[in-house]
Amino acid sequence: MSDIVLELKDLHTHFFTDSGEVPAVDGVSLTVNKGEVVGIVGESGCGKSVTSLSVMQLVPNPPGRIVGGEINFKDENLVNASNKRMKQIRGNEIAMIFQEPMTSLDPLFKIGNQMVEGIRLHEKVSKQEARNRSIELLKLVGIPRADEVIDDYPHQLSGGMRQRVMIAMSMACNPELLIADEPTTALDVTIQAQILDLMRNLNKEKDTAIMLITHDLGVVAEICDRVVVMYAGQVIEEGTTREILKAPNHPYTKGLIRSLPNMKQKEQKLYSIPGTVPKPKMGRIGCRFAPRCEFAFDRCFQEDPALYQLENGRSSRCFLNDKTEGSLTGNGETIVGN
Amino acid sequence: MAKPLLEINGLKKYFDVKGGVFGRKVGEVKAVDDVSFTVMEGEILGIVGESGCGKSTTGKSILRLIEPTEGEVKFDDRDITGLDEDAMRKLRGDMQIIFQDPYASLNPRHTVEKIVGEPLLVHGMTSAGKRKERVKELLEVVGLSEYHASRYPHQFSGGQRQRIGIARALANNPKLIICDEPVSALDVSVQSQILNLMEELREEFNLTYVFIAHDLSVVKHISHRVGVMYLGRMVELTDKDKLYDDPKHPYTQALLSAVPTPDPDEKRERVILEGDVPSPSNPPTGCAFHTRCPQAMDICKEVRPRFEEIEDNHFVACHLYT
Ligand SMILES: Nc1ncnc2c1ncn2[C@@H]1O[C@H](COP(=O)(O)OP(=O)(O)OP(=O)(O)O)[C@@H](O)[C@H]1O
Ligand SMILES: Nc1ncnc2c1ncn2[C@@H]1O[C@H](COP(=O)(O)OP(=O)(O)OP(=O)(O)O)[C@@H](O)[C@H]1O
Ligand code: SF4
Ligand code: SF4
Ligand SMILES: [Mg+2]
Ligand SMILES: [Mg+2]
Repeated sequence: MSDIVLELKDLHTHFFTDSGEVPAVDGVSLTVNKGEVVGIVGESGCGKSVTSLSVMQLVPNPPGRIVGGEINFKDENLVNASNKRMKQIRGNEIAMIFQEPMTSLDPLFKIGNQMVEGIRLHEKVSKQEARNRSIELLKLVGIPRADEVIDDYPHQLSGGMRQRVMIAMSMACNPELLIADEPTTALDVTIQAQILDLMRNLNKEKDTAIMLITHDLGVVAEICDRVVVMYAGQVIEEGTTREILKAPNHPYTKGLIRSLPNMKQKEQKLYSIPGTVPKPKMGRIGCRFAPRCEFAFDRCFQEDPALYQLENGRSSRCFLNDKTEGSLTGNGETIVGN
Repeated sequence: MAKPLLEINGLKKYFDVKGGVFGRKVGEVKAVDDVSFTVMEGEILGIVGESGCGKSTTGKSILRLIEPTEGEVKFDDRDITGLDEDAMRKLRGDMQIIFQDPYASLNPRHTVEKIVGEPLLVHGMTSAGKRKERVKELLEVVGLSEYHASRYPHQFSGGQRQRIGIARALANNPKLIICDEPVSALDVSVQSQILNLMEELREEFNLTYVFIAHDLSVVKHISHRVGVMYLGRMVELTDKDKLYDDPKHPYTQALLSAVPTPDPDEKRERVILEGDVPSPSNPPTGCAFHTRCPQAMDICKEVRPRFEEIEDNHFVACHLYT
């Protein structure tokens, strides 16, 4: 029996724009197991949201299209799923919390109508029942005066309230997989803690697998079992939360963790990784991070590094793990895929 | 001595709650309820607080993007609450805002070039060539590139959109920027880059910021003073070191204890707030926090604590200190 809920295999999602083809997701492979919370972190614009939209088959087409790879949800490759099948899956088997609530809340309809409709799409319940459920859900995510807010329009809510409406909607149907794209950015830390608790309960009690995209490494430490780090459309490192946060292997991950502002130190200048992400284009050769990497050497510009498999299911896309390079970190084992 | 650039006195914003078949007014949401503070020229004032406590409403009322119900907003020694549309438009060259929700605040039909260039045009940069040059400069400053200028907002990631909002706010070298969650969608490295930039601009041009954010380590890093809001009111305001080292208000204490740390080995005692978040349309009597405060006393239910200076430069609204 396989315990894998979601498996992405060499996923490629490209945008076909006036100025050329943009490989936003450029060969991403990752798995999410049953009952697991997997964090996805990475540079702004590296393809995290497009990866999750691909799973839901919600990449705007045109200009976007999945051009290669597999999205296996349990035993089904969603790349080939019909529209009808996808409608069943969305909100029912896989729920998604979108990064920007206003992209998925309709400004013209009251919160309540949108929630009731969402619930009734998947379950045969009366309007009144669905409305009562919605109010319960709003209370569950800590929204005060839920019985009034349900008749508000989205613009009448604060940023964090909108975000919680989205969270409430995603939890309505007991999904098997919850994809949460920056679900707590607009929440203060006390409510954030409450939402993380809710997600943890969902995960523990219902065995819901969670794919959590976030920039907040504190949240990652709090709730994730495993972390996948992305850069420029690729997975560049993967490991347990502890390994990634305490002993990052890839130079990008190292730089990321070094950039954290620290509550305890009083430095004036924050560290940030020098340079910016180059324009994503087709046919790039070499390590995507090379122009900004302090360890880069010739080979990094001439060849694509593989995702080196290290011990404990850990992996890193960096030549420094290649034993033949006389690496700093050692541990480089077999090379798989690209 | 620095002089005050922004003075807020008794600011209130009540929204009507409508109900019933006739959509009659059935109540009010007291989103901002008697808030006062001052920001010095060249200062960064952080504002933190519970989601829905009125931070964005405060920010938008200062720029009169929504009309305050009551109170005074003085900018550069002038009360601006009575100014007409035209005068306000001129003033907005000096007062800018970075909106919390970049998706909702960027016109989807305009290219980035137009969005960032628009305020330049409004404030007199008529040469298209100069505008193009300036837009390019601004994009680079926020870590984007020239090739992004011809794209539309929906073609960007969340964090990239947020940076477009920042570039637009910086366009005219304003004196004051209200930053509403300006870096919440950015990875920590880009976030550091933007925070460093904001600090540099402040040093160079003596810029002033009101910095609204939920990330307490970011607020601590960037601010000089920090104000804490709860249910439409300011409950604590002091220097950042005092606030973080010696928080006085029980809400501030709970807030600070809930910050998640990126260190998987660090386990701390958390103050868990019991009870429901109260409603701003029917706020609790006395101290608005009494329904959830672990230290509430009898007096807290009846008497609203005054916002008072309990130590040098440390303002708190709580009966424990009076
Ligand atoms: N409709 C589109 N047309 C063209 N390019 C697009 C479109 N949507 C996204 N992109 C590009 O795809 C890349 C990946 O975007 P994505 O939204 O997945 O980033 P992200 O990792 O979620 O970033 P963030 O952390 O900022 O949200 C970005 O470079 C973005 O500019
Ligand atoms: N246009 C509006 N009409 C009615 N009520 C509103 C409107 N805008 C805001 N409110 C209400 O005012 C209160 C304060 O909202 P505000 O957006 O200022 O909160 P906030 O502190 O910025 O929260 P967040 O941290 O979640 O962004 C909320 O209860 C909200 O529902
Ligand atoms: S492969 Fe080379 S350039 Fe890439 S991260 Fe490793 S050392 Fe740096
Ligand atoms: S006034 Fe009373 S209820 Fe309010 S914060 Fe102080 S102790 Fe708690
Ligand atoms: Mg995103
Ligand atoms: Mg807000």
